[in-house]
Amino acid sequence: MAVGAFADRGADLKLVSIEKRFPGFTAIENLNLTIPAGSFFALLGPSGCGKTTTLRLVAGLEEPTNGRILIGGADVTNQKSFQRPVNTVFQSYALFPHMTVLENVAFGLRRRKIGDPVAKAHEALLLVELDHLAHRKPQQLSGGQQQRVALARAIVNRPALLLLDEPLGALDLKLRRQMQLELKTIQEEVGLTFLHVTHDQEEAMTMADTIAVMNKGRIEQMGEPQQLYELPKTAFVANFLGQSNLFTGPVVGTTSTAIAVDVSGEKIVVPVRRAHRASGQVTIGVRPEKLTLHTQGPIHDAGRNVMGPGRVIDVSFSGVSTQYLVAVPGVKTLVVFAQNVAFGPAVHVGAQVWLSWNIDHGFGLDDDPAEAPRYEADLDTKTIARQRRSSLITELEGA
Amino acid sequence: MAFAAFSTTTTPSTDPVARRRSPVALFLLLPGILYLMLFFLTPLVSLLLTSFQAPREFGDIGQYDYAFRWQNYVEVVTTYWPHIVRSFSYALAATFFALLISYPLAYFIGVKARSWPLLQSLMLVLVIAPFFISFLLRTLAWKQLFSDESFVVQSLKALSLLGPEAHVTGTAFSVIFGLTYNFIPFMTLPLYTTLERLDVRYLEAGNDLYASPFQVFRKVTIPLSMPGIVAGTLLTFIPAAGDYINASRDFLGGTGTQMMGNVIEANFLVLQNYPTAAALSIILMTVILVIVSIYVKRSGTEELL
Ligand SMILES: Nc1ncnc2c1ncn2[C@@H]1O[C@H](COP(=O)(O)OP(=O)(O)OP(=O)(O)O)[C@@H](O)[C@H]1O
Ligand SMILES: [Mg+2]
Repeated sequence: MAVGAFADRGADLKLVSIEKRFPGFTAIENLNLTIPAGSFFALLGPSGCGKTTTLRLVAGLEEPTNGRILIGGADVTNQKSFQRPVNTVFQSYALFPHMTVLENVAFGLRRRKIGDPVAKAHEALLLVELDHLAHRKPQQLSGGQQQRVALARAIVNRPALLLLDEPLGALDLKLRRQMQLELKTIQEEVGLTFLHVTHDQEEAMTMADTIAVMNKGRIEQMGEPQQLYELPKTAFVANFLGQSNLFTGPVVGTTSTAIAVDVSGEKIVVPVRRAHRASGQVTIGVRPEKLTLHTQGPIHDAGRNVMGPGRVIDVSFSGVSTQYLVAVPGVKTLVVFAQNVAFGPAVHVGAQVWLSWNIDHGFGLDDDPAEAPRYEADLDTKTIARQRRSSLITELEGA
Repeated sequence: MAFAAFSTTTTPSTDPVARRRSPVALFLLLPGILYLMLFFLTPLVSLLLTSFQAPREFGDIGQYDYAFRWQNYVEVVTTYWPHIVRSFSYALAATFFALLISYPLAYFIGVKARSWPLLQSLMLVLVIAPFFISFLLRTLAWKQLFSDESFVVQSLKALSLLGPEAHVTGTAFSVIFGLTYNFIPFMTLPLYTTLERLDVRYLEAGNDLYASPFQVFRKVTIPLSMPGIVAGTLLTFIPAAGDYINASRDFLGGTGTQMMGNVIEANFLVLQNYPTAAALSIILMTVILVIVSIYVKRSGTEELL
């Protein structure tokens, strides 16, 4: 594709068995990825998992050790960065310090000899609400303003493929939501292809058509946001994208529609179509908001899984919902989110409760349970803090 | 008095900045100011006065009286204008060649060799190493290499690249060569220090924004290394314009390559014509000042383009 004009539509991106090795470190191993033209694709993953490296490979700033990169069907693996119809919003912004904001934004247009670069640059700056600062130097802007300039500098080129490396990380919530909307509008209007890297799972879920969750240089799972959330394939995805209550146990019964898993004596049923594995040791799970608390039990309902009794060890109020931590002896501590439909928490710390959930809400992972713990270290800080706290509490209770 | 001026222009008690700035800063600056008065301003005034001196009536050679003989300047310019022009063109040429040689060198050491620190320090040592030998000796060594009997010149003659009667020493080439050679470290080191801090992410951003490697170099690398370029060219140009070793007949120069430094030296030490030497020095200084201030100003604004 020629780089001498604006792209009239997005191009698809295809990564074929990409591998990237740095001296003594494999950053990406065997990455296969297809991003359809005109889609908003989010790459989600913990710090250091290889997201930036993937973008750099696509932009041509890094050469893959193995594999091929195709943009719009054309093999660009051997093309230089400036020849590729791609622009990047860099994680570090990389705004030219010797140019004004306006010249930064007009830089790409000038290199491609596109008519009226100054007017177009002003337009892009208006879009990010920074036109009044067009004649400042980047050093004279705040972090969030710099980030928006970086965004304008890339978007103004209308590239067939736009790479965004955490482009909204430095913005406050309100501005971030606004920019998300702005980005989504631009992407849809022109039909450009966006490859968006982010830490923020909510951002990924609301903006992207497709999300790929990356971990340690590999794609763990890829799909529509809802599918990823409802049917995570691995423990890593189940915990990285929202929270999950996971249980491990052997499959003790199978019918044509469901499997039964023995979790410390309780029989938990998961529909076959929602389970990635149907025999041997399996890990199954359920999302915290799918759980219902009962103060009286046990409940007998063929359509629900029941667990308990357990004890409420923590209640934390967070506005729309309340989070309960329930320690069930022999199983583990479960997280429950309950909507605050009534005034105040339904139960208090120390209360005895049972938990139940619709069997259609459970899911079975594809992980080999023996391998699952290797992901523990990468959990987000909030979860780690919570785990610390609950282990401390159990320790205190044991003493 | 400075203090008085200070307090009348600002409202002293209400402006904390002005209050904080005055006494301590001036006190700390005092030694420097005294030093400059003593060792810079005094000789400068003395030089200026000397440049207007007139020969003593019925006096000996080298005896002059204070006067206001501005004709000294007219005489100096009419007599020595070729030397003045030559000084600045040689210095300009040497600065240009030094920049041409040093920039790629500094770029390689400061940017390309970043992942090999050992190579980086080795190359830096190689750039600085010549400093350990007196530059008189090094310049003499070049004179040997360029002398008519030397292997280099003999070979060039054998290959007919040089006429049988041609010389290398005493030509403009050998003087500019010597100047370039001697000032390369002064060019390379400031360039290296700026290029070493050059953030390659800016170059990547340039590449990402459709700039070819050459355009990135012109639009990003050069402007970002401007401080090093300005420092290096000044450190080369200023001493080169006043240099009298390379162009001296004892070293690489000849009768047709004399620069202002040589003329000043001859007038001062040999002819004892102090006013002429002083007037030449003042002219040299003024021209350098004018050129440098124009240059700094222009390079400062060009950065913004
Ligand atoms: N030039 C390099 N040499 C060696 N290792 C590198 C290099 N660049 C990146 N890495 C390593 O590759 C891994 C992936 O890095 P990358 O920058 O892609 O992470 P990331 O997913 O973007 O993380 P973050 O979310 O923190 O930005 C990291 O462990 C990093 O240390
Ligand atoms: Mg990154």
